[in-house]
Amino acid sequence: MWRFIIGRLLQAIPVIFIVITATFFLVRAAPGGPFDAEKAVIPEVKAALERQYRLDLPIHEQYIAYLVDLSQGDLGPSFKYPGRTINELIESGLPATAELGAYALLIAVIIGSLAGIAAALRPNTLQDYIPMSMAMIGICMPTFLLGPILVLIFGIHLDWLPVSGWGDIPGDKLMPSITLGAAYAAYVARLSRAGMLEVLSQDYIRTARAKGLPEWQVVLKHGLRGGMLPVVAFLGPAFAGLLAGSFVVETIFQIPGLGRFYVQAAFNRDYTMILGTTVFLSTLIVLFNLLSDIVAAWLNPRLRAQLSE
Amino acid sequence: MTSPLLRLISITLLACLTACTGGESKVEQGNREGVLHYGNGSEPQGLDPHVVTGVPENKIIRSLFEGLAVKNPYTLEPEPGVAESWDISEDGKTITFHLNPKARWSNGDTVTASDYVWSWHRALNPNMGNQYAYMLYPLVNAEAYATGKLEDPNEVGVKAVDDHTLVVSLNAPTPYFIQLMDHYSTFAVHPETVTKHGGATDRFTPWTRVENMVSNGPFVLTEWKLNRYIRIEKNPLYWNADNVKLNAVIFYPTENLTSEERMFRAGQLHHTNEVPLDKLPVYKAMPKSPLVQAPYLGTYYYLLNTDRAPLDDVRVRKALSMAVDRDTLVSTVLQGAYVSAYSITPPDTLGYYPPKTFGYDPNKARALLAEAGYPNGENWPGLELTYNTSENHRKVAVAIQQMWKDVLNIEVTLANQEWKVYLDSVNQMNFQIARRGWIGDYVDPNNFLDLFISGGGNNNTGYSNPEYDDIILRRAPSAPTRDERYSLFREAETMLMESMPIIPIYTYTSKHLTHPSVKGMPSNLMDSLNIRYVWLDPSETLELE
Repeated sequence: MWRFIIGRLLQAIPVIFIVITATFFLVRAAPGGPFDAEKAVIPEVKAALERQYRLDLPIHEQYIAYLVDLSQGDLGPSFKYPGRTINELIESGLPATAELGAYALLIAVIIGSLAGIAAALRPNTLQDYIPMSMAMIGICMPTFLLGPILVLIFGIHLDWLPVSGWGDIPGDKLMPSITLGAAYAAYVARLSRAGMLEVLSQDYIRTARAKGLPEWQVVLKHGLRGGMLPVVAFLGPAFAGLLAGSFVVETIFQIPGLGRFYVQAAFNRDYTMILGTTVFLSTLIVLFNLLSDIVAAWLNPRLRAQLSE
Repeated sequence: MTSPLLRLISITLLACLTACTGGESKVEQGNREGVLHYGNGSEPQGLDPHVVTGVPENKIIRSLFEGLAVKNPYTLEPEPGVAESWDISEDGKTITFHLNPKARWSNGDTVTASDYVWSWHRALNPNMGNQYAYMLYPLVNAEAYATGKLEDPNEVGVKAVDDHTLVVSLNAPTPYFIQLMDHYSTFAVHPETVTKHGGATDRFTPWTRVENMVSNGPFVLTEWKLNRYIRIEKNPLYWNADNVKLNAVIFYPTENLTSEERMFRAGQLHHTNEVPLDKLPVYKAMPKSPLVQAPYLGTYYYLLNTDRAPLDDVRVRKALSMAVDRDTLVSTVLQGAYVSAYSITPPDTLGYYPPKTFGYDPNKARALLAEAGYPNGENWPGLELTYNTSENHRKVAVAIQQMWKDVLNIEVTLANQEWKVYLDSVNQMNFQIARRGWIGDYVDPNNFLDLFISGGGNNNTGYSNPEYDDIILRRAPSAPTRDERYSLFREAETMLMESMPIIPIYTYTSKHLTHPSVKGMPSNLMDSLNIRYVWLDPSETLELE
């Protein structure tokens, strides 16, 4: 098992390195620079700015200097927010984004797997059709539509929940989490339905039933473990996706998270911010993929046996 | 088996929902406590007056700091700030500011004339990379120092005679110089505080953080939650603190217009930074509408690259401009949100009205195009109109494209570009027609007309006319009275519009939703907020039907 983990970690290093290198050169290849503004910048001022951010150096020296800083955990100063470092900005945005992602994932897993299991227990009945059509709608409905609809109903008409903010007013975390989690809940529902259906038709389930076990024990003890495998495999990338993709929800609900920094950085040509968030998020994605592989391996007896050999 | 769990979840959700219903809104609470909730557009880049460049920064910095003179929000005329009074010499080239001895920094230090000298040297220092350094260029030797041609900052035309007397020497009479004293790039910073946290000209120091900042305005910084809000509270040491009515202001980075509008409706904001265009008709129809709309010191126009055929022909440029039916465009596509423009300077710029040299004239436009060799659009070589990606720019461009097709029978293709790509194209003159907006930094026609001097950094049209340059750079600044100056500006602007290097389209407006409890926040041409005047009247309530 340890060899598997260490092997995967070693594989991750070149992946991240390639991501850094590609991003570094791509952002500089894009037309327009961080100091272009609608009002023309005086050449002397621009030169001074470029000097302060090392942009006056040849590009390979900039690259090496960046790698040296990075190896010391320094992601550099922000172009857009003078006086702030990228480390500081990521630190400020991460808690909200991670919390939002965690709640969304929790909602996705609970609602999704309940719906999926319910559907799998009575396939091709109303108990299957209703949650599955809801899931289809959930997958198709983009967050930028669901968010405003929820806000209109619960925020404005019923006046039950605050329409924006994060941790300022009680209850303001509910709507963003549901908005972000809905699409993932739908995926989880479909995955867990498929997984459960397959498992419940296996011989060992029939054996369990034949032994006279109560149905709930058959489902929870024997079915769930195998049936949830596709969901577990999906969770790692899903959480990373939630972190990187929460931009829309963060914008709708004015949440001070990482996603907004990430997208705005690209528009602002905030080189260090683009690089910093990319490096950070790609590392997270690699780690979460690894984590979900480990959990999947642990759940799957066949794979577990292979790895411990 | 699933039903008990489902029930549990729905009960939890319901409990949470009911827990957060009802209660006092932020606005109601704010009215009671004298706290203004202000939608401010976006997260400020920073709060160092010599580093930042944007409008959201401006609102916050001008509440935390105070210039030598400030703007009256009703008239926009300057009134005393840190300076109690000022004298202007007869030749207009020397200004003596008399500082208010009661003016204090928020740590108790007196605001002195030498603080200004130090700060202006800092603002102009080439290492600072201050994009607004040019605001101080009217000072003798300021430009030379800022561009590195002069080493010694002491040669710049600003001297402290004593603690409370600041003498400023100008290159030429600059009638709008007093106004510039309310622009944050001319504000003083507290020298000891800046140097305590880093180099004097360093952009990366933490002196503007809550725990470090020392300022001299009506409010002090008390909380700064990145991307959430900035809270400022009344400064008890401010010389005019008795006349500050609010206890605190909270600025929110409301980037998303629709979310901002919803926050306003839900009682989370007193004032929005913007109003979504599609919501304008709804708010206009309300009997007691919170919508406040006013002309804004900015012009939306198209740049014409006069170096490239067919736009090198003035007749083609005029034909294009005359074929645009601005009134229809504004009233239909733009929901009446803006005002048609026929010149670069917005009307009533501190009493200045630009000349109207042309109007919507399809027949004349067709005749001019025929004269230029394209009768009824024959032989037309095609043109490309570039704009930066935005729904509104696209709508305007499509409408104008259609007007040109209908009136002149010519094809113009549209090219939208991402913001920085578009800026690059415009700066490299790599376009034929390009969208442009210009927002004034101070209320004076000069701020718009000096764009088009030969080789000007923001000219971007290739327009060059020595006679025009002479008026803007030499004759207008030395005109003895405002009337004479304005008539020279009118002469220059007529000259400009006769050559039509730009197609003016509309004058911007500021659009806000303002809760009726907010008083002392009049709309004005600069959308300028003078927080000292603002107060809240809890007896007023919002009616949105």
